[in-house]
Amino acid sequence: MILPLFIIIPLLSAFLIAIVSGKKDNFANGLSIISALLLLFGAIYNFITQNQEVIIYKIGNWDAPIGINLVQDSLTIFMLIIVGLISLTSLIYSRQYIRYISTDWKYYSLFMFLITGMNGVIITGDLFNLYVFMEIALLSTYALVAYGGKAEEFEASFKYAIMGIVSSTFILVGIAITYSATSTLTLAKIAEQIPHINTKIVYLVGGIFLMGFGLKAAIIPFHTWLPDAHSSAPAPISAMLSGVMIKVLGIYAIIRIFYNIFGAPEFFLNIFMILGVISILIAGFLAITQWDMKRLLAYSSISQIGYILLGLGIGSTLGILGAVFHIFNHAIFKSLLFYNAGSVEMTTETRDLKKMGNLKKLMPVTSKTSMIASLAISGIPPFNGFFSKLIIIIAAIQSGHPILAALAVIGSIQTLAALLKVQRFGFHSENKTEVTENKTSFGMKFAMITLAFLCFAGAILIIPGIREVTLDPIVEVIKNNGEYMNMVLGR
Amino acid sequence: MILYLLCFTLLLVGLYGILTKRDLIKIILSASIMGYATNLLLILFAYRNGSIFPILRKGVETMPMVDPLPQALVLTSIVIELGTTALLVALALKLFQKYKTYDITKIRKLSG
Repeated sequence: MILPLFIIIPLLSAFLIAIVSGKKDNFANGLSIISALLLLFGAIYNFITQNQEVIIYKIGNWDAPIGINLVQDSLTIFMLIIVGLISLTSLIYSRQYIRYISTDWKYYSLFMFLITGMNGVIITGDLFNLYVFMEIALLSTYALVAYGGKAEEFEASFKYAIMGIVSSTFILVGIAITYSATSTLTLAKIAEQIPHINTKIVYLVGGIFLMGFGLKAAIIPFHTWLPDAHSSAPAPISAMLSGVMIKVLGIYAIIRIFYNIFGAPEFFLNIFMILGVISILIAGFLAITQWDMKRLLAYSSISQIGYILLGLGIGSTLGILGAVFHIFNHAIFKSLLFYNAGSVEMTTETRDLKKMGNLKKLMPVTSKTSMIASLAISGIPPFNGFFSKLIIIIAAIQSGHPILAALAVIGSIQTLAALLKVQRFGFHSENKTEVTENKTSFGMKFAMITLAFLCFAGAILIIPGIREVTLDPIVEVIKNNGEYMNMVLGR
Repeated sequence: MILYLLCFTLLLVGLYGILTKRDLIKIILSASIMGYATNLLLILFAYRNGSIFPILRKGVETMPMVDPLPQALVLTSIVIELGTTALLVALALKLFQKYKTYDITKIRKLSG
């Protein structure tokens, strides 16, 4: 599938939904599921046919420094597949769940704008273009977080919007300084110019970008908006936000800017490592103290982002492999956990773990899939989360940071404790609830079972033989960071 | 140099407002001020001393011109800011309907 289609399909369906659908949401839901399917299959098709080449689409046939380029390499396809997969299951899940809030097409239209923004951020090869697509994704999430229409949701959305605007402004300042130093906005051209400009400017711009994108990725000193926004949003949106959004706008942008453009300066890698470990420990601790199920999961997201950042900061091949694998795994099990939380909330109409009770018998599918996801996220073999965490910890030891490895193990135990709390109080407690009817519908069960299956199946990505085709090219893109510039500029 | 410093001060004024003000509307205004400072910074980077507007005309000698690209960027960023500000005002209105106040210290249902 040619690259602009990844932006055109969701954008077109967003407007079609707004124009065509009447009062009911049947058409909107059908159309959005079809376009999410198209995006997923397009991404998989591109993965099969790519042969580890970099494909460049020149908009209007203008060459790199003048026009805007769309770039596709292994990392791009990997992120596109994650976005396609999670948005597809999210939309299938939404069909029943959103009717419980309202029957309106606006939700699906905003959802499609969200996908447009994220796909745009992933495939663009231009710094300012990245900013514009980021704003498209952010604007639709501000609206989607407040979709339920309760007082807390508006509060969370306002807080999120203010934080988002501050970080976006800083990113724009960073872009302005980069432009004035290098006289170009194309990512590959900036990478070419970076060795020739003053190192102090690189550090200044790096600091500003770290603050801006760190806020989007919710790394610990910048995390305050995330627990509110992610716990107040409707469950499918929480899954999109926690599973995909913080990785695309935060981690993916950090990888592109700090690795492919700046060439991974040692100074920033050390900062990533320290921030990663701080995120793991503090967010892990805060997660244990929560009694709101979705809030607990939101804090756990911050700690898992810490693992990804730690793996990236170590900077060895093994560390980056673990980080990339953990991006995929976390997208799957955290989305699954949010779906579980959503169906529990729909049935019992509460998110408070103390008020839940013996849901194991009432909701067998939800209970079992959430058990699988909890084991996967806390790193119990044979699930996928075990392998990625193990790789990151081994990489930390190999690169001579045994203390960081030990702290990462402690963080894993914290995650296990937090998620066991959900299992113990949410699904297996003695406490009898008065709810007798399980409102989980077929679509919701389907989404949950698919992701639970992927928790098992995701582990095969790491088997030697499969790893060479799937994960290793991505590690190659991040590790050989000068290669991106040469490939895009056609050398 | 003094212009850049003033521009940076304007950015800090906006940030200060967001961090310290308790009124929702004042926070939104501060966010706008931050946006204006960024736009001003972009225009400043494009400016060359003693240069003219970047249009080539017949019969007129080429002179040093200002950089047109940041001006295009500023237009885009103004549109984005318009959208975000409109959304923020709508959210503030909804918050006022729910809580009957614009004071953020009284809008505290979320915690932890």
